[in-house]
Amino acid sequence: MSNTVRSTTRTVSKKKTNGYQVIGTRPIRHDGLDKVTGRALYGADVRLSGMLHGRILRSPHAHAIIKSIDTSGAEALPGVKAVVTARDLPALSDKIADLGEGAVNLRDLSTNVLAAGKVLYHGHAVAAVAATSPHIAEEAIQLIRVGYEVLQPVLDVRAAMKPGVPLLHPTLTMESLGKKTNRVSNVASHSQMKKGDVARGFQKADVVLEREFQTATVHQGYIEPHNATAQWNADGSVTVWCSTQGAFITRSQVAELLKLPVSRVRVVPMEIGGGFGGKIQVYIEPVAALLSRAAGRPVQITMSRAEVFMGTGPTPGSYIRVKMGATGEGRLVAAEAYLAYEAGAFPGSPVGAGAMCIFAPYNIENVLIDAYDVVVNKPRTSAYRAPGATNAAMASETVIDELAEQLRMDPLDFRLKNGAQEGDTRADGPAFARIGYLETVQAAKAHAHASAPLEGRCRGRGVASGFWMNYGGQSSAVANVNPDGTLTLVEGSTDIGGTRASAAMQAAEVLGLRAEEVRPLVGDTESIGYTEVTGGSRTTFATGWAAYEAAQDVKRQMIERAAKLWEITAADVDFADATFTNRKEPSKKMTFKEVAARLGETGGPVVGRAAVHPSGVGVAFATHVVDVEVDPDTGKVTLLRYTAVQDAGRAIHPSYVEGQMQGGVVQGIGWALNEEYAYDGQGRMINASFLDYRMPTSLDLPMIDTVIVEVPNPGHPYGVRGVGEVPIVPPPAAIANAIYRAIGVRMRVLPMSPRRILEALGKA
Amino acid sequence: MSKKIHVHTRINGEEVEFLCEPRQSLLEVLRDELGLTGAKEGCNNGNCGACNVVLDDRLVNSCLVLAVEVEGHEVTTVEGVASSKGLHPIQQKFLEHAALQCGVCTPGFIVAAKALLDRNPKPTEHQVRHWLAGNLCRCTGYDKIVRAVLDASACGSPGQK
Amino acid sequence: MSPFDYAAPRSIAEAAALLQQAGDDGRVLAGGTDLIVQVRENRRRVKLFIDVKNIPELNELSCSARKGLVIGAAVPCYRITSDSKVAQAYPGLLDAAGIIGGVQIQGRASIGGNLCNASPAADSIPALIALEAACVIAGPQGSREVPVEQFCTGPGKTVLGRGEMVVALRLPPPKKGSGAHYLRFIPRNEMDIAVVGAGASVVLDKAGKTIVSARIALGAVAPTPLYVAEAGAALAGREVSEAAVLQAAESARAAARPITDMRGSAAQRKHLSAVLVRRALEKAIERARNGRA
Repeated sequence: MSNTVRSTTRTVSKKKTNGYQVIGTRPIRHDGLDKVTGRALYGADVRLSGMLHGRILRSPHAHAIIKSIDTSGAEALPGVKAVVTARDLPALSDKIADLGEGAVNLRDLSTNVLAAGKVLYHGHAVAAVAATSPHIAEEAIQLIRVGYEVLQPVLDVRAAMKPGVPLLHPTLTMESLGKKTNRVSNVASHSQMKKGDVARGFQKADVVLEREFQTATVHQGYIEPHNATAQWNADGSVTVWCSTQGAFITRSQVAELLKLPVSRVRVVPMEIGGGFGGKIQVYIEPVAALLSRAAGRPVQITMSRAEVFMGTGPTPGSYIRVKMGATGEGRLVAAEAYLAYEAGAFPGSPVGAGAMCIFAPYNIENVLIDAYDVVVNKPRTSAYRAPGATNAAMASETVIDELAEQLRMDPLDFRLKNGAQEGDTRADGPAFARIGYLETVQAAKAHAHASAPLEGRCRGRGVASGFWMNYGGQSSAVANVNPDGTLTLVEGSTDIGGTRASAAMQAAEVLGLRAEEVRPLVGDTESIGYTEVTGGSRTTFATGWAAYEAAQDVKRQMIERAAKLWEITAADVDFADATFTNRKEPSKKMTFKEVAARLGETGGPVVGRAAVHPSGVGVAFATHVVDVEVDPDTGKVTLLRYTAVQDAGRAIHPSYVEGQMQGGVVQGIGWALNEEYAYDGQGRMINASFLDYRMPTSLDLPMIDTVIVEVPNPGHPYGVRGVGEVPIVPPPAAIANAIYRAIGVRMRVLPMSPRRILEALGKA
Repeated sequence: MSKKIHVHTRINGEEVEFLCEPRQSLLEVLRDELGLTGAKEGCNNGNCGACNVVLDDRLVNSCLVLAVEVEGHEVTTVEGVASSKGLHPIQQKFLEHAALQCGVCTPGFIVAAKALLDRNPKPTEHQVRHWLAGNLCRCTGYDKIVRAVLDASACGSPGQK
Repeated sequence: MSPFDYAAPRSIAEAAALLQQAGDDGRVLAGGTDLIVQVRENRRRVKLFIDVKNIPELNELSCSARKGLVIGAAVPCYRITSDSKVAQAYPGLLDAAGIIGGVQIQGRASIGGNLCNASPAADSIPALIALEAACVIAGPQGSREVPVEQFCTGPGKTVLGRGEMVVALRLPPPKKGSGAHYLRFIPRNEMDIAVVGAGASVVLDKAGKTIVSARIALGAVAPTPLYVAEAGAALAGREVSEAAVLQAAESARAAARPITDMRGSAAQRKHLSAVLVRRALEKAIERARNGRA
């Protein structure tokens, strides 16, 4: 398999040269028609007979002890059918559950779903009501009286680490280097990664830079608010329709939190309106179930946008210190990092992932990384697209830029000189298999953007790279052969960005079918085998692999059917281009369609099945180039041009690979420039709306040019690497580097808002 | 609960009557009373465009219209964009350009983009971006959406049906 | 959302009676883009929505060289921005009317509503002040006119008494040699509340060299939109020059008394007041010289 480069600016058709019929083409996605006509059913579109509407009462305080909850007022309101609080949830003991992208202690999760004893952030759920209309439910929650003893909140990671500050969890003891200590603090854990000897490394360096960074709390910002509809059945089983990145992980969380066997919980994943990591841990699903049990009717809860901001997501604010040293020839010799991430109200920030990623693109002999997971009075953080890596890259990639500048080297050349290759080891241990990092840098360098003149006042160009591990995990697929020769493919991955298409295309490729001849469906937890979350950039890799294997199973069985029809052995049947050939009499041929039409007479239906748990995950690298213009009078940054280069391994559906890259870039741009949680002095979030939490609009952006590099992942039948996450990693650093070239100021705090830039320029 | 009001309107070309409370938004009535769930609630305060409908000849956020206000007016929702003859060009171009990922913002974008092309059949890229600034998409980065709209305009929109 | 009633009167008299009766419980509904959100988010309690969109006078939009411009209080922004006569005669107003929300908001939001919402950051108000607009108010005691700069009395507060409502805005015909501009600073390019807004109008002499008069107003730097009379007055009689413009900008900076909130810091707003007034004046002068009012 050769390496190829595909760019939206160039007309490069790899369709015929990659050796595949379907892979690398751009068919219309199978679920597209329903989505452009408004027919696709999302969780909030579920309508069940007798359905009630649930609403959640949330804490007005960031940190308080719940002294009392009086729900009698709500219960008395006509139309109210059920009220629940944490008392209705079973008591749980500590148990860590793996969510695929991050883990959670189930007791914490339960307390997050409905606060018990204490509220730990503004917006923490306290009670819930089900009523005959959403308005009545809304009125009812306002009638619930909660007595609070308000405590001092702790909102900043460094403040939370200081001795003597208020503690969120008086029993939380720090885990240090893998061992429990008896130190009670807001620091949940300290971990370390070490390679070589940094002290000796720095001695060899001619240039050493040490810089500090802060990044704000930001939200995934999916457009569809969380929703859950639950029906507690008379036999004690419960069905939940919801918006989730993983039906099975939702099933296990609901089962654990309600102390039900998983077999009593059925989760039906509806279409999902974006997740980005934020729709993995449960929030309202168990609450809807409790309300349904209490009311004896189905209950639907949909969050408001403000609830989404206050009660879900976000990704951590962080404090990072980076020290890097290079020789005069531009060779990186040592790197040190201190990362402290805000976990939110309960332990479990992605600081470990940030630590794994921070220096991963570079082959550095001596590395020392310390990572701290710290609780603060903010919502429990959840995964967000390459969780932890963007914060880290903001730090390391701007220091790299500064080192290159001091060494008078082109920043891309500096990366070429130090970039990681096959066989190099990361600080956390693993050695890279064949990777495409240098190829992304070379492609960026070769792109017209990198050498285009950039004239004009206060304009600058920046570059940055990014790394993400990607994830494999378990997936299942079932392929049913239809009598007309098409395939129905049932898989378990909810489709957030075109993964039905990418799975179907891999099955189609195996059987020589057209992409349209494979109809993909997403099954619920009772119609498909266990499948992990749509996350970790795993779906096209692992579920695609399951689809590939299911199609291989179909192929084997269909060859047997053809053999039966010809009365020969399967070994004497060839299959290529959807046609069976009788090896004994090569003039005898049958199409896939013809054999499919005769399944009834050859032994009955053909069902291909596959369950996979692949190793061989291919890691992802990206290198981005951006041009900005800064208005020195207002501090506003305008993006003039953006080019994202990424190693996709193999782009199954290039349009959706580009889409992942463009979407990731724009989330990174929002993170870089304007997005942040704003709090008042009491720790109350004050910008919980799309008006004041400023995500980019179409008018804030140029086209996002993409270059897909294909260095096939040797661990996947088609060479697929995950593509979804790494594109969010480089943008803040690339933009910071561009701003520096535009106005001569190094920005080290995110977001680089107009106000911060004016302040950096000494104007405000 | 205040008294329900009887409202008489036209939706997607058909006469429709419904009863609603004054506090119910047009979005709620479309979704909860009339079964038209194509318009989505993304923010419920006019900042995301997922609930876009056309009221008479104006693009509006249906979350910011009281259902009682549509008495005597005409509403077009995403369900009314395609005809019995097939998809509207803007829908077709969204599919061809892969201008959707999760798809939840798509109905709003389709309604908004159609309203633009009905008014301005040949918009520039800037005009498209400006018109669509009230529609948030978190998945695509807008690139493919803008290209789809420009391509639909190049193909010629059939205009008002 | 708490329950409320809805009425759609067909005359000013009918509306005024409803308002008078309802007192603080009643609220006029025009475009609803602020009001519906405020009520939904429990930031305002309303028991009666009085929809004024069926009242003819509130839908009037007329523009004449002799009488100037009349904008009925319920006229949505899109009608103003798509009216070629208004565009020709009042580009400074269009600057503001065209940026109140995205196109979906423009289809509903009215200038009258923007005014009555009385946000310190309202985009239309500094533009209206610069253009010497007055509000026509109807009430139980008949009607009265109030200059726009006197209309707002605090955040969300206005001079309207019980039973009173804004019927229309009146803008005088543009003077010969005049030009105006409104602009605001927002972190994004749309869909934001002004961090600071600035409106300016100038009248130049025949030669286009001397400033005959000028009016300057700021948004989002005080509890109400701020008419900076002294900044305009100091320009009267001066030659058009960078120094004169900068002096007016400094005067605006001095007049601004902003707060720090999530949308901007006081220092940032002070700084932006000067920047935006300079830019507003430059554009207003350019328009005056190009013969575009």
